[in-house]
Amino acid sequence: MAIETATQVSSPLAQADTASISGSKALLEALVAEGVETIFGYPGGAIMPIYDALYDYPDQLKHILVRHEQGGIHAAQGFARSSGKVGVVFATSGPGATNLVTGLADAMIDSTPLVAITGQVYAHLLGTDAFQETDVINITSPVTKWNYQITDATEIPSVLAKAFYIARSGRPGPVLIDITKNAQLQLFAYAGYQKCNHIRSYRPKPIIRKEYIEEAANLINAAEKPFVIFGQGVILGKAEKEFANFIEKGGLPAAWTILGLSALPTDHSLNMGMLGMHGNYGPNVLTNDCDVLIAVGMRFDDRVTGRLDKYAKQAKVIHLDIDPSEIDKNVKATVGVWGDCKETLPLLTQLIESKSRTAWIQRFKDHDAEENKEVIFSELHPDTPVMTMGEVIRNLNEISGGDAIIVTDVGQHQMVTCRYARFNQSNSNITSGGLGTMGFALPAAIGAKFGAPERTVVAVIGDGGVQMTLQELGTILQTEVNVKILILNNHFLGMVRQWQQLFHDKRYSFVDIASPDYVKLAEAYGIAGASIESRDQLNEALSAMYHHPGSYLLEVNVGKENNVFPMVPQGCSVSEIRLK
Amino acid sequence: MKQEYTITVYTENHIGLLVRIATIFSRRKINIESLNTSPSEAEGIHRFTIVIDETEEVVRKLARQIEKQVEVLKAYYNNNEEIIWQELALYKVPTAQIAEKVKVERLLREHGARAVVIRNDYVVFETVGHREETDRLVEVLAPYGLIEFVRSARVAIIKESRGFHEKLREFELAEPKDELIENEFLNQQKEVFSM
Repeated sequence: MAIETATQVSSPLAQADTASISGSKALLEALVAEGVETIFGYPGGAIMPIYDALYDYPDQLKHILVRHEQGGIHAAQGFARSSGKVGVVFATSGPGATNLVTGLADAMIDSTPLVAITGQVYAHLLGTDAFQETDVINITSPVTKWNYQITDATEIPSVLAKAFYIARSGRPGPVLIDITKNAQLQLFAYAGYQKCNHIRSYRPKPIIRKEYIEEAANLINAAEKPFVIFGQGVILGKAEKEFANFIEKGGLPAAWTILGLSALPTDHSLNMGMLGMHGNYGPNVLTNDCDVLIAVGMRFDDRVTGRLDKYAKQAKVIHLDIDPSEIDKNVKATVGVWGDCKETLPLLTQLIESKSRTAWIQRFKDHDAEENKEVIFSELHPDTPVMTMGEVIRNLNEISGGDAIIVTDVGQHQMVTCRYARFNQSNSNITSGGLGTMGFALPAAIGAKFGAPERTVVAVIGDGGVQMTLQELGTILQTEVNVKILILNNHFLGMVRQWQQLFHDKRYSFVDIASPDYVKLAEAYGIAGASIESRDQLNEALSAMYHHPGSYLLEVNVGKENNVFPMVPQGCSVSEIRLK
Repeated sequence: MKQEYTITVYTENHIGLLVRIATIFSRRKINIESLNTSPSEAEGIHRFTIVIDETEEVVRKLARQIEKQVEVLKAYYNNNEEIIWQELALYKVPTAQIAEKVKVERLLREHGARAVVIRNDYVVFETVGHREETDRLVEVLAPYGLIEFVRSARVAIIKESRGFHEKLREFELAEPKDELIENEFLNQQKEVFSM
């Protein structure tokens, strides 16, 4: 295993022997030393010394001024997910810090590496209900991998080093560092920055146990109908190649969770599609038919498993995960393979036999054909007067060729986009999976573009979610970042409406949502835009959006009461998936 | 089947860790019956002793969630057969009543109690033992006007354990890595561990 060696980072400051610098400057030096180039943030009283110091770092650190701290943290998440680096966000104390909470919870459940820096009131004011004081450490403890309050500047270099190490190592996650104003201002003898690569109480990677790899390989080799399900662990472990080698050698059909999407190219012959509530027919039905279920870097979320006591009961389960607490958490593993899949997959690949398993894979294809007949064809090539979300995504695929980064919000459009969007490369699907945060997509798309400037970023958003974080159009205006905003407007909170239709006797309770004139709104922010309602405009409008030199907002009005199918109703088993 | 489990957690001594550990239980609506924090045999390493009433499966998952915390070194869980434990209880009773009506000597002997404070107005007794034992003395003293009663959290020692020092060494040495050199904990073991 490669061990990062501790490196003394030399900067002009570090060389001047124990120069006296402020805590704020030490913080920025830490960011520079960690390779941070982009920060999303919003200033305020308790973080002013840091912003003052930032004034002197225009070349090293690019600060993106967002319009709301929630937008800032979602942008940092988008940045982290498109770049594979740690996202950084700044916020002030009190409301600034509490506005980060949704993003922290989102990053925690989706394992996104973040370092959030919050200002805090002077240490002597802690606990006095001072202006903009809030107990951010206790508020954020359940939604951070680690958090820490600094009241003394001398702690800044070592705590920041720990923060970055914890955020990106093992199962990544958000870290919050709260720095009191006195510590930001305090001058101290700075002896340089040393990266952290070990914390005695922290095991980022469990030790790989060879005997479990062997047991797993034996199960796979003896299997008639093995089935691989994979999640974001493959992407976070940067193990896409290792994963492809594994399934290719074993002839193993594989299906993804929505966070695993894009780890395997859409047109890979062993890519069987999406798992879970709105996933594909074959992967869901055959989960309850396979004899060995091989889970790689996924956590058996309830939206993937449906009813647990009827989930893959016939199968032996192999579970590969870097987080030991995930193994046996929801689904009991026959063999648990603890470790980073970047390391465990090649070991497993070595031991499995090369097979093709044509007959078994044909069963997925048969189910596909049925799903295509019942659902997919009419969604992608509708003969209705109104447009479907699916045909919009199909058209987008033709234009993008599968090369775009697609950021989705939460709801029907998210399910449709994940089901139908094409991806050729990893780190291309960015969505709020675990927390299901409406309002995620617009700021996350801004961050994603900063994280991967050479790529085209398309945010696909519903008319509900887009109205939750609309203010970030101001960030686009100011930074001139090039983001394509595709609003699929069904004039409803569509997913809730779908459930009300199916499970609440069509009692449409507060799902009828009005929209502003999005094109005018975009125009107010200096963003080009268009709105279409008929199919014959679709291709041209999407192409205009995609090829526009700057940001562009396209509103596509789609059918009001279309539903997403297939669907595993809540409380049902995955094999009880409904096609209509 | 639900039963009493004692979870022993070795941690860094870090402000905020108590909240992180407590919320692992409260988030799942699990009541903590008793919680004690204390130093451990290893200098600088803290020890939480937590008692809950749950099934083994739940306890195992909780232990893993606890261990996942960055500042937790290790979490073990044991049922009551696997540990030796004690709780301490204090009882405040009016001196006049006790002196008149109770054969204090017998009481002390039968319940392994001792008097910690004797004043004109009250006497404070102390017992150490399992909950049933300390509860029994409450029953005995109640008729004489028990003014105050308090019982400590459980402290427990694992019967089989060769001590955390040994366990941690085993854990570290399971597969020696370059990292080991970086581990100040082991480097300083001679100073740190005086068992």
